[in-house]
Amino acid sequence: MDSLIPFTTSGSLVDCVDRKMLVILRDGRKLQGVLRSYDQFANLVLEDTVERIYHKNAFADFPRGLFLIRGENVVLLGEIDLDKEDEVPLRQVDYPTLEPYHRAEIEAKKERDEVKAQILFDEQGYSKEGGEGDGY
Amino acid sequence: MLIFSVFKTLTDQQVTVELKNDLSITGVLKSVDQFLNIRLDNIQVLDAARHPHMMAVKNCFIRGSVVRYVQLPAEHVDTQLLEDATRREAANPSKR
Repeated sequence: MDSLIPFTTSGSLVDCVDRKMLVILRDGRKLQGVLRSYDQFANLVLEDTVERIYHKNAFADFPRGLFLIRGENVVLLGEIDLDKEDEVPLRQVDYPTLEPYHRAEIEAKKERDEVKAQILFDEQGYSKEGGEGDGY
Repeated sequence: MLIFSVFKTLTDQQVTVELKNDLSITGVLKSVDQFLNIRLDNIQVLDAARHPHMMAVKNCFIRGSVVRYVQLPAEHVDTQLLEDATRREAANPSKR
């Protein structure tokens, strides 16, 4: 049966519908929700979505609701193994508790990337990345 | 189209995909489509400690546009054949 499905986006995502999925976006956000629909551009519809943030060995969820994600922003769509999910050695904390740490981490990464890009530009002859970049 | 064909011949092989966000994922190539979107099974993430969100994920779909490199098993790619096919296609661009 598998071999009858052609090599298309639709062919490969059909078995993920109605499953709990992890979506990583180009801006680095991690969303978890139930995949309800998709198309050939990897535009996705996620139901009961939460945005999950991480810091060290803690994570926190922020309920976001229903998402229609434009495909160009998708990096990765992962199927969450519900058995493995229970074994993940992280502890859940309140979103407001974790959010400042998470934000600081993003700021630090942004700064690091800017320094790196500047060095590449000044000393190594690389061109700068465009505005609509891959800065995730 | 040629590269798409190459990927199709590599299904069920172990490959490593490096994304533009520096995430490297090794897994069994399950399918690939015309945009070079990639489906990997049984994945393992390089430097898993830095990517805790991937711990519960076993299969994934990667959008072709975010891939930086794919490391292929050299023994399963006939580069000589590929070179010939590339020349043939270049000489004969109408036959795609």
